[in-house]
Amino acid sequence: MDAYIFSAFRLTIVSLLFFVGIYSAIVFGIAQFAPNHGKGEIISQNNKTYYANIGQTFTDDKYFQSRPSAVAYNAAGSAGSNKAPSNPDYLKEVQARIDTFLVHNPGVQKSEIPSDIVTASGSGLDPNISVQAAKIQIKRIAKIRGIAEANLKQLIISNTEPPLLGLFGPEKINVLKLNLALDELKN
Amino acid sequence: MNSEILGVVLMFVLTLAIALPLGRYIGKVFNYQKTWLDTIFNPIDKLFFKLSGINESQQMNWKQHLVALISINAAWFLLSMIVLTNMAWLPLNPDNNPSMSGDLAFNTAISFICNTNLQHYSGESGMSYLGQLVLMLWQFLSAGTGIAIAAVVFVAMKERTTDKLGNFYSYFVRSCTRILFPIAVVVATVLVFNGMPMTFEGKDTVTTLQGETVQVSRGPVAAFTAIKHLGTNGGGFFGVNSAHPFENPSYFTNIVEMITQMLIPFALIFALGYVINRKKLSWMIFGVMTIGFTLLVVPTIISEMNGNPAITRMGVSQNLGSMEGKEIRFGSPASAYWSIATTVISTGSVNAMHDSFTPLSGMNQMLGMMINAFYGGCGVGMLNFYVFIILAVFISGLMVGRTPEFLGKKIEAKEMKIAMVIALLHPFLILVGTAIASYLYTHNPAEYAGWLSNPNNHGFSQMLYEITSSSANNGSGFEGLGDNTPFWNIACGIVMLLGRFLPIIGPVAIAGILANKKYTPESNGTLKTDTMTFGLMVFAVIAIVAALSFFPALALGPIAEYFLL
Repeated sequence: MDAYIFSAFRLTIVSLLFFVGIYSAIVFGIAQFAPNHGKGEIISQNNKTYYANIGQTFTDDKYFQSRPSAVAYNAAGSAGSNKAPSNPDYLKEVQARIDTFLVHNPGVQKSEIPSDIVTASGSGLDPNISVQAAKIQIKRIAKIRGIAEANLKQLIISNTEPPLLGLFGPEKINVLKLNLALDELKN
Repeated sequence: MNSEILGVVLMFVLTLAIALPLGRYIGKVFNYQKTWLDTIFNPIDKLFFKLSGINESQQMNWKQHLVALISINAAWFLLSMIVLTNMAWLPLNPDNNPSMSGDLAFNTAISFICNTNLQHYSGESGMSYLGQLVLMLWQFLSAGTGIAIAAVVFVAMKERTTDKLGNFYSYFVRSCTRILFPIAVVVATVLVFNGMPMTFEGKDTVTTLQGETVQVSRGPVAAFTAIKHLGTNGGGFFGVNSAHPFENPSYFTNIVEMITQMLIPFALIFALGYVINRKKLSWMIFGVMTIGFTLLVVPTIISEMNGNPAITRMGVSQNLGSMEGKEIRFGSPASAYWSIATTVISTGSVNAMHDSFTPLSGMNQMLGMMINAFYGGCGVGMLNFYVFIILAVFISGLMVGRTPEFLGKKIEAKEMKIAMVIALLHPFLILVGTAIASYLYTHNPAEYAGWLSNPNNHGFSQMLYEITSSSANNGSGFEGLGDNTPFWNIACGIVMLLGRFLPIIGPVAIAGILANKKYTPESNGTLKTDTMTFGLMVFAVIAIVAALSFFPALALGPIAEYFLL
């Protein structure tokens, strides 16, 4: 029995050196050749840098809005709401989001609102919205910014990311990239 | 066809296409045949044994295998406890995260050495990088343990009579270095080039476009995520696991992570056929498992694509499906597929929050863990299925009046007793554990008010899910459960421990006893076990033993919620 325990500890230490030390070092070394040296993909505009994959809050009516978030897009943490589909308090909250959205976006029909813009994401950091969720914000933004609706439609089309290889998965829009492009459009 | 459904089909087909050659490779590793990676790994393995003072050519019987397994797990538990309760002052802690409390460290240590990866902490605020790396070590080693034990059982099933079943340390090291390590390096490389961080710097501070200041957690995510999936571990680097945009940045990485987690469970089925030279048996097993998986995954995808009926009634468009707790870049079909894959194969990583899935999807996720043998975790899934095969052989033998025999070995009372105990252990742990939790909650609703984030039937489901996930060594959760309390930490710790080791000990004992029996070649009187008829028999045993024991509990939770929604 002693022999087993002694071997167990020694083998554990050797494994620690190999699977933590050497393995991490190899992956870290490879990461130095990856975009931004493996520190997360970034986008820069006007001397400011942002993480491309981490969603941001857009509460201002002049920007395309992101999805609701359980952590207010503070990426120091991450969380979903973990609310059940049957939870009465949760359903009241969704109803309130729909009502608020309609107030801020006059002229939009309730049946045009896609579910993603009134439900919280899993991470609370979702960088994307659906194409429909962007389209129904056109009227509001056109009015506030004084940009023709056709130009905004074009902006959405050019910022729509197609399915992988055009075949697999959903279409989507990165809200941050869309809003950065929107700011450029104004200038 | 809809591009999202097509994505799901692609994931399954690619997994199978890679698993077939990998299964042959794993079979060669178990058989000590030559492979093209020998030139690299022969010297590395030699060094491992030399530095550990292990004679890897010493043959062990089944009992010695189990002693070796349990003693090395004890060493891992001790090391985890030391690191987790002292992280605050140890190196590699740029965010100054605290050490764990005793009960949380107990839960986390067991969780990771048992390949469960149930997490009652959030990575961003509850773990240093050193802590993460040590947990990553268990992600390699606990998966290696499962694969090594599967190797012992496979070798015991060969056509001969012996008590010599190879060397545990040898299978274990070979599984870690020759199977897990090279694939993990390849997967981590793909991930790091697709937006996943691999850095040792701490949190970054960013000013958003609107001008607010937020922080962004980072870390050595790519190395961790690769082995997290490959070893069917599933513990997230970040709190929300693979829903986090750094832990799963795109639809492409989602496909890569999905294939990675199902790869070894698939491949081991074909490795079995290679080792004992019965390819047809492998296909029978794969067929039964795939039928079970399909029966769970298809209704779940449909249910999620239809969306939450309560939100449909509010009059908004549900074209995207149920999106609460889901990410736009994956969409509801790929999230639904992931949720069933991760529960049948005991990974327990998530790319969407299971708590917010529609009721029937939640039920299917729980059924995946309750059955725990459709593909199953690294190695242990095959062991669970082996128990069901033994039961099916015995029952079929009685039905047709033949001596119950499996691969030329007679199955007698002792093996049957072990198989029955193991098959009933899982329902016992889940139902008793949930009953105790429910009793506590209903008798002290004020004291335990922090447990449940949802009322009524779904609240019950949250507790049922947690215990099921622990017993199945899965690790996912209905994360609204306030689970970092002494009760949940200790109760889940004990359930995970029993749910890990007893279902390993049982099948190894059965296989060891059978290996030692006289081998009788197949004749006309032998019950054929690689046929479709026998496959149906195994499926029936699984349905009766596993699924039906849970029906009353499921009726109180997700089924009631479905009818009330």
